[in-house]
Amino acid sequence: MNDKLSQLYQQVLLDHNKTPRNYRVLDPADHEALGHNPLCGDKYKIFLNIDENDMVTDVTFVGDGCAISKASASMMTTFVKGKHIDEIDKLFHQFHDMAQGKLDPETEPNDLGRLKVFAGVRNLPARVKCATLSWHTLQAALKGKEKVTTE
Amino acid sequence: MADSSVSLKGSVAAAAAGTIDIERCRDDFPVLRREVHGKPLAFLDNAASSQMPEPVIRAYTEYHSRYHANVHRGVHLLSQEATAAMEGARETLRELINARSSKEVIFTSGATDAINLVMQSWGRANVGEGDEILISTMEHHSNIVPWRMLCDEKGAKLMVIPVSEDGVLDMEAFASMLNDRTRLVGIVHVSNTLGTVNPVKEITRLSHERGIPVLVDGAQAVSHMKVDVQAIGCDFFVTSGHKMFGPTGIGILYGKQELLEEMPPWRGGGDMILSVSFDEVLYNELPYKFEAGTPNISGAIGMGKAAEYIMSVGYDAIHAKEQDLLQYATEQLQTIEGLKIIGRAPEKSSVVSFVIEGIHPHDIGTILDLEGVAVRTGHHCTQPLMDRLGIVATTRASMAMYNRREEIDQLVAGLRKTIEMFR
Repeated sequence: MNDKLSQLYQQVLLDHNKTPRNYRVLDPADHEALGHNPLCGDKYKIFLNIDENDMVTDVTFVGDGCAISKASASMMTTFVKGKHIDEIDKLFHQFHDMAQGKLDPETEPNDLGRLKVFAGVRNLPARVKCATLSWHTLQAALKGKEKVTTE
Repeated sequence: MADSSVSLKGSVAAAAAGTIDIERCRDDFPVLRREVHGKPLAFLDNAASSQMPEPVIRAYTEYHSRYHANVHRGVHLLSQEATAAMEGARETLRELINARSSKEVIFTSGATDAINLVMQSWGRANVGEGDEILISTMEHHSNIVPWRMLCDEKGAKLMVIPVSEDGVLDMEAFASMLNDRTRLVGIVHVSNTLGTVNPVKEITRLSHERGIPVLVDGAQAVSHMKVDVQAIGCDFFVTSGHKMFGPTGIGILYGKQELLEEMPPWRGGGDMILSVSFDEVLYNELPYKFEAGTPNISGAIGMGKAAEYIMSVGYDAIHAKEQDLLQYATEQLQTIEGLKIIGRAPEKSSVVSFVIEGIHPHDIGTILDLEGVAVRTGHHCTQPLMDRLGIVATTRASMAMYNRREEIDQLVAGLRKTIEMFR
């Protein structure tokens, strides 16, 4: 198989697309935001609860879009649950830089762990926003914005 | 002299004088020889932008390398050559669409710009509060947004002709929607998303019975079928160079001379005037009245050459080749389980839009790209049509005269691989 293809559409990503984790409405939720990519039509809503120590106690999502955006949202929820919001902010920036090709997760220090499967999007500029949409939405939810769009 | 009669001799496909062998015309398009991601390119995104053949590229670059100068101004040779080449292109385009006079052919930056010209000039002078503009559900955003803007400004109503699930215009509904408040009918000749060919002649006849002018958006028509604006009878017709094997950033507005004469200029500036003082401006005659500023000269020359190329291949040959590709693509795609073709009008141009259960078009588009197949994915600038059909996006394969059955096979193989991956 084509290298770029197998790099991007790894089994783990396809699995999260098929059976997304934490795929439900969280009610009640302390924070929520809607992320929309008008060019693709991708739409996700992210819900989260944060405790008094600014730790994310629960995070869920609903919505639809391509495999990359859906898998990214799913893996993000499993990754940030139980983390402090400052740590999440750091992850957001690392993820963003990796997707844009500014951070090479194989050679530069980072905390991205299994999220490295998304490194392949840097070769496909048209798909970078698919991978980062849920992260932008999470940031918006944390910062109290209700809507975010990427295009 | 570098005029509009640059010969096709260098072209591999130049068979007999003035004709081009369609089976060999592929060799005239240099880009089709390239590879992408290590695979031979199968370019099936012609409805977004078609490729340019050597004669067009040569005509385009020759202007810049031999006689780059402004038009309608200089007394020097280069300016005269540029003027002759650009006006020659206008005449070729007049011939292509069979306008009565080249005065009726106005260069614009594209079909969108041409529609905006009609909206700004004719629309603002003729549409008032409570009036209606009638368009269809399958319009491209370029034939929706300008009219929405005008309606908002004037307090007019934008009315929409429905389409069936198969993507066929509801002609009965159309006829019943024409009324005394209808000021303009704007209709796409060929749907970029579905391939549907609309009965523009009949639409024009019915509209004219009530004295309503008709604008036909022909961006997707001219590379596929003979367009005769006099036979259609429409009042305005717009198209883009880059959808007919010409350069980007150039297009034309055809308008009936009597309408264009009455219309006020839209953009003001050089070239569109006869004389200027601070108190009074005398406007130039047609078509220059609507061509303020230095035009896209090389674009116009290239578009003219593209029209010449199309005519030398011949619409009969183009139609036969493309209909074969359409039929083959439709048959082959139907063999894929879970694939649904969107747009099943009886008369279609060579466009096949489809969805595959459980796989988003953008994933399909990326995987096909990595397999060397270029298609368009998304809403194709027809969001209201997508809403009507209850989908967010499609994958669209759009064929031109130079495509081959092998490229459809490459598409189908790519789709099977995609489905295998997502299983």
